[in-house]
Amino acid sequence: MTNQEGDHYISYLDQQGKYRGLLSWLLSTDHKRIGLMYFYVIATFFFIAVSLGLLMRTELIAPGETIMSPQTYNGLFTVHGIIMIFIIVIPGLSVVFGNFFLPILIGAKDVAFPRLNLFSFYLFLLGAIMAVLSQFLGDGPPDTGWSFYVPYSVESSTNVIFALTAAFILGFSSILTGINFIVTIHRMRAPGMTFMRMPLFPWSIYATAWIQVLATPIIGITLLMVIAERLFGIGFFDPALGGDPILFQHLFWIYSHPAVYIMILPAMGVVTEIFPTFSQKPVFGYTAIAISSLTIAFIGYFVWGHHMFTSGTSYFSRLFFSLLTFLVAVPSAIKVFNWVATMYGGSIDLKPPLLYAVGFIFLFMIGGLTGLIQGALATNIQVHDTAFVVAHFHYIIFGGMGFAAFAGIHYWYPKMFGKMYNIRFANIAWVVIFTGFNLFYFPQLVIGMQGMPRRYFDYLPQFKTGQVISTIGSYILVTGLLMMLINLLATRKKGKTAPANPWKGVTLEWQIPSPPPLENFDVIPEIKRRPYFFGESKNDK
Amino acid sequence: MKNHDTHSTGYLTYAIVLIVLLFLTTLSVFITGIHLGAFTVALALLIASVKVATVLTYFMHLRSENLFLKLAVAGVFVLFALVIIITFFDYLFR
Amino acid sequence: MSDHAVHSEHYDREAGKLGMWIFLFTELFLFGGLFLVYAVFRATYSADFHEAASELNTFIGTLNTVFLLTSSMTVAMSITAIQKNNRILAFMLILITLLLAGLFMVDKYIEWSHEFAYKVYPGSEVLKNMPRGELLFFGLYFMMTGLHALHVFIGMILLTINLVKVKKGIIHRDNYLLLENSGLYWHLVDLIWIFLFPLLYLVS
Repeated sequence: MTNQEGDHYISYLDQQGKYRGLLSWLLSTDHKRIGLMYFYVIATFFFIAVSLGLLMRTELIAPGETIMSPQTYNGLFTVHGIIMIFIIVIPGLSVVFGNFFLPILIGAKDVAFPRLNLFSFYLFLLGAIMAVLSQFLGDGPPDTGWSFYVPYSVESSTNVIFALTAAFILGFSSILTGINFIVTIHRMRAPGMTFMRMPLFPWSIYATAWIQVLATPIIGITLLMVIAERLFGIGFFDPALGGDPILFQHLFWIYSHPAVYIMILPAMGVVTEIFPTFSQKPVFGYTAIAISSLTIAFIGYFVWGHHMFTSGTSYFSRLFFSLLTFLVAVPSAIKVFNWVATMYGGSIDLKPPLLYAVGFIFLFMIGGLTGLIQGALATNIQVHDTAFVVAHFHYIIFGGMGFAAFAGIHYWYPKMFGKMYNIRFANIAWVVIFTGFNLFYFPQLVIGMQGMPRRYFDYLPQFKTGQVISTIGSYILVTGLLMMLINLLATRKKGKTAPANPWKGVTLEWQIPSPPPLENFDVIPEIKRRPYFFGESKNDK
Repeated sequence: MKNHDTHSTGYLTYAIVLIVLLFLTTLSVFITGIHLGAFTVALALLIASVKVATVLTYFMHLRSENLFLKLAVAGVFVLFALVIIITFFDYLFR
Repeated sequence: MSDHAVHSEHYDREAGKLGMWIFLFTELFLFGGLFLVYAVFRATYSADFHEAASELNTFIGTLNTVFLLTSSMTVAMSITAIQKNNRILAFMLILITLLLAGLFMVDKYIEWSHEFAYKVYPGSEVLKNMPRGELLFFGLYFMMTGLHALHVFIGMILLTINLVKVKKGIIHRDNYLLLENSGLYWHLVDLIWIFLFPLLYLVS
């Protein structure tokens, strides 16, 4: 192809090797193609899960049965959670942007184990398909909630084992990706790129990958235990057989809390790339951001009990977990400070990536602060298992990681596809999304505090106003999402060709053509300084 | 690319390591015969830990690996121990 | 630019080893979950665990420990042999490792058959009538040794692949990462057993 600069080369999109056409994608071990395949699957499942969410919101627009039975509602929130958590937000930014950009950002031609990478993708696809099939096979879609708490997950007659197996396979895919990324970062950085010269998105991927490998196996074995409980009555979690249901909660959250850091760390890494570019200024506090990623990963391993404050754990344990929960907020706050300080005094260019990144800060802060309200023992009792919790995690996962994902998509779209989208339309979509988001989730904070339970398809009349506003907000939000989607899809076909460096970025991905050639670099660059050098002159790097 | 391992451990070293491991195994079986209450458990686990450390160091060549890997292996065991200890913050004090 | 969609021919042995070690970490944590459950129930039901463990055959358990420890030595030796380009010795050592693994599995089979004959297995009536701690002990016993046996089986497959490749000369002094990594995997299987053995068989 000919890029905007007039060079002839073969981009990774057009490269035909041993195989042709569709097969050249399905059997490709190129990290960029694998990243894109993950992207298409995840985007598809995202809109499926969003639709399920919209159905739930429609049900909740009025008390009582509106459009579905209670059993259906329970099945919906379960599968909405399973898809969103295990198929979208846990793999999400790692497998899409990690795969696509980690090698490029460290000056490598691919990841350490390209074939293992493809295998990870197919495991992911298998797990995702199984999660869908669990809806239609056996005795009905699981209704346990995505957290599969015992005893109900053992007693429920629905197709729990299938869903558990799907989660197990997805976890295995996550582990293999984590291994791949750790080894890639250790062994394949360009000459001269020490750890302290590595850009901050790779740093975040590094911290995330360690969590992936050290936490995911625990959920693996826990799921196997639940299956053993269902099939053989093994007794670990059954009080009648001497077991303890709280033990399940411990095991479950020992993984699932670090899992939220798997979700958010790459997101933080993405926005950390965006702020310097759109402020045309180096990142403030590079070392603090790098180390805080590792710190969050480490401390995040020891806070799991804050999901169990009302379950009957010991007072000492609750004190410990509450303290650690407040502690883990500190490195996150350091990052927020550094992002704002990066923008301060910079030459701000308010393009869509920055809009989403700034939106990220705002929504992430609300999510984080509401997390602290839950982290305090006394207030936790008021809000546990209410809509407050639901709003908290949607602010932090959707408002946080989701907005960072949108930011990353708008940032790297021209690089990945060689086309530039309509900026004005993207900005308008952002306004609609941001408005709809807050209209949707803020009332949930309020009614949750007032006592509206979560996972309830019915509610008392006093919550009606909040629920109606939320539902309206959800429709506005989805409209904005569709606008964003249409903009990006249309650009593939009709968009203008994008230059190699539309945003005047200084990291390695902007030094290669848009879209990149198959092996990324003709010559592996030699790194001589820290990243984010905007220089005295107008030259990049 | 040559893959010569400049640190090639000798057969005799491995044999000695096995003898040590077998001795420790015999020791731990013997110890269980002695009733020391909770200490029996602790002692058996201690011996097991020494065996594990021996296998890691000699059979798995950790002693000739780089510092990062040594720290990572130690870190994994420490992390796991911490998880157990913190879980017991609940069970011990209920 | 070349038309071939290839990645660098660079063969990074250190990368392969590092990847394997990290995979071993995940295996440690996988079993770790079971060790956590064991710790909790051992603390809760110490007397019952004592009682139930006495039903296990310490002799077979010790024998299995000897088999695995020895097999760890032989597979480690096979790597030295390959490094010295002694392919015949390497082949013999891997074969012995496999045989010892097989003996381990035979032992396991004998043990489990014996237990099944007495209707001792998760979900059985016999178990349901036991004191709770004993029931949980046997649940843990079967799940832990079962998962471990599965890993022994996978290890045997890996060793067999290595056996074939050594015979064919694909594995040799300048290319033995597969053997090295399979050896690491095998040692992990041994490591797990080193902890399982006292916790399950030496409780009384």
